[in-house]
Amino acid sequence: MRSPGGKSAIENPKLSINQLNFYYGRFQALRDINMDIAERQVTAFIGPSGCGKSTLLRALNRIYGLYPDQRATGAIMLDGRNILDRDQDLNYLRAKIGMVFQKPTPFPMSVFENIAFGVRLYERLSRMKMQERVEWALRKAALWEEVKDKLHQGGTRLSGGQQQRLCIARAIAVKPEIMLLDEPASALDPLSTLKIEELIAELKTDYTIVIVTHNMQQAARVSDYTAFMYLGSLVEYADTSTLFTNPARKQTEDYITGRYG
Amino acid sequence: MAFSARYLRRRLLNGFNLGVSVLATVFGLFWLGWLMWTLVSRGLRWIGPSLFTQSTPPPAAAGGGIANAIVGSLLITLVGVVVGTPIGILAATWLAEFGRHSRIAAVIRFVNDILLSAPSIVIGVFVYAVVVARFGHFSGWSGGLALAIIMLPVVLRTTEDMLILVPDQLREAAAALGAPQWRVVVTVVYRASLGGILTGVMLGIARISGETAPLLFTALNNQFWSSDMSRPMANLPVMIFQFAMSPYDNWQHLAWAAALLITLAILALSLIARILIRANAFVK
Repeated sequence: MRSPGGKSAIENPKLSINQLNFYYGRFQALRDINMDIAERQVTAFIGPSGCGKSTLLRALNRIYGLYPDQRATGAIMLDGRNILDRDQDLNYLRAKIGMVFQKPTPFPMSVFENIAFGVRLYERLSRMKMQERVEWALRKAALWEEVKDKLHQGGTRLSGGQQQRLCIARAIAVKPEIMLLDEPASALDPLSTLKIEELIAELKTDYTIVIVTHNMQQAARVSDYTAFMYLGSLVEYADTSTLFTNPARKQTEDYITGRYG
Repeated sequence: MAFSARYLRRRLLNGFNLGVSVLATVFGLFWLGWLMWTLVSRGLRWIGPSLFTQSTPPPAAAGGGIANAIVGSLLITLVGVVVGTPIGILAATWLAEFGRHSRIAAVIRFVNDILLSAPSIVIGVFVYAVVVARFGHFSGWSGGLALAIIMLPVVLRTTEDMLILVPDQLREAAAALGAPQWRVVVTVVYRASLGGILTGVMLGIARISGETAPLLFTALNNQFWSSDMSRPMANLPVMIFQFAMSPYDNWQHLAWAAALLITLAILALSLIARILIRANAFVK
């Protein structure tokens, strides 16, 4: 199951990316990406800065659409539909594909409201049900014990690691099918990082997870499949143990052994 | 280690520049202090209960106050704020959130900057020509309209600046949950910049509450108590203008008292605005 091509032995893929090209204005940031993302597995994108891994992630929920000069061509198939289609309902798509960003981004409201915000967009819940949902999401994100007494304090007053888990809880609360994590631990201390990594392993049973990371050890620890990208192209894509122990491409080997050139 | 000549020169230059900066600051504060001192020393003794309970007296009479001018100023300013603020905030929202990079947004920004620096007397004459001349008489409404036109660009500019300060990551995070754009703006972006927007409104109020020229052409003045906005209306700036230039002692005293009052009110507004800025986590 090796790229180029990336079309692979992944059975029953959740997302299928075909001939994806991406442009920031006139600059082409992704070239002919082809890959399948496995359902209920963790897929990691690694590569040096500027290789396009975050761009690829941001194409998967079309968050790039907030910026008028960014565009993508090709196809990303989800449940038999190309999400790049013009008539794709973007808000619905993003409710189905959650995203957590590099910097924690709590909204300027209480911990409780931070989580209820997304839920209210698509569901009408009674007070009781909403409280249950908030607790459920916070428990899933391993944050409940730490914040159960400060649900009505400002979300921005939590520590950085707690804020990031709040953002994960916020994404979980909407009950998405896919979670996109854009370097979720890069701004955190080692202990918070560990918590987030444990969390990813747990979330995998319910969600399809795609994670962008700078940290190769992290990719090796948390992911089932790894994609190595370089200069906007997908260089190699394989199950994680194969990619890290027996890479097919010299470029990949150089990168993962630190002889990056 | 001996100090090199270069280092000494830099220290000297630093000391010189620091000295000049301090002098410039003292120079500015000196005039402000003098102004405040004059206002307090000449105005404070005329501030008493009757100032707030009685209307402006005839020349050379005993007693009297400026209650009609205070109420008139409050009403006219209120109209200006109620008309100017929502238009300013909505226009700024469009500029910052929806049309940020469009050509028409650039044109609107440019026009708004012109309006921001337009002499207020021009706006007074404009409202005179469009409203006062057409209806045949001066009125509180036309005064409020003139103040709204002056306030609009202030609110628009500060609100847009505050909205742009809200990091894009916050918008992305809300959009990534599936929130439509209007909802992102109303529930997340506004909340993140609330203190800043309120500050803009406060600054706008401070700006219009001292405007005289536009009111001369619109609300004019009224010797008597009146809360009828469709008639000429007393207001502090025009009252000060008229009374300060009069030869009557009692009018001049009231002008000093009114000048002090209006200055203190604007000072209080600016202080509130500053406290709000500090309370806003995103505009530190």
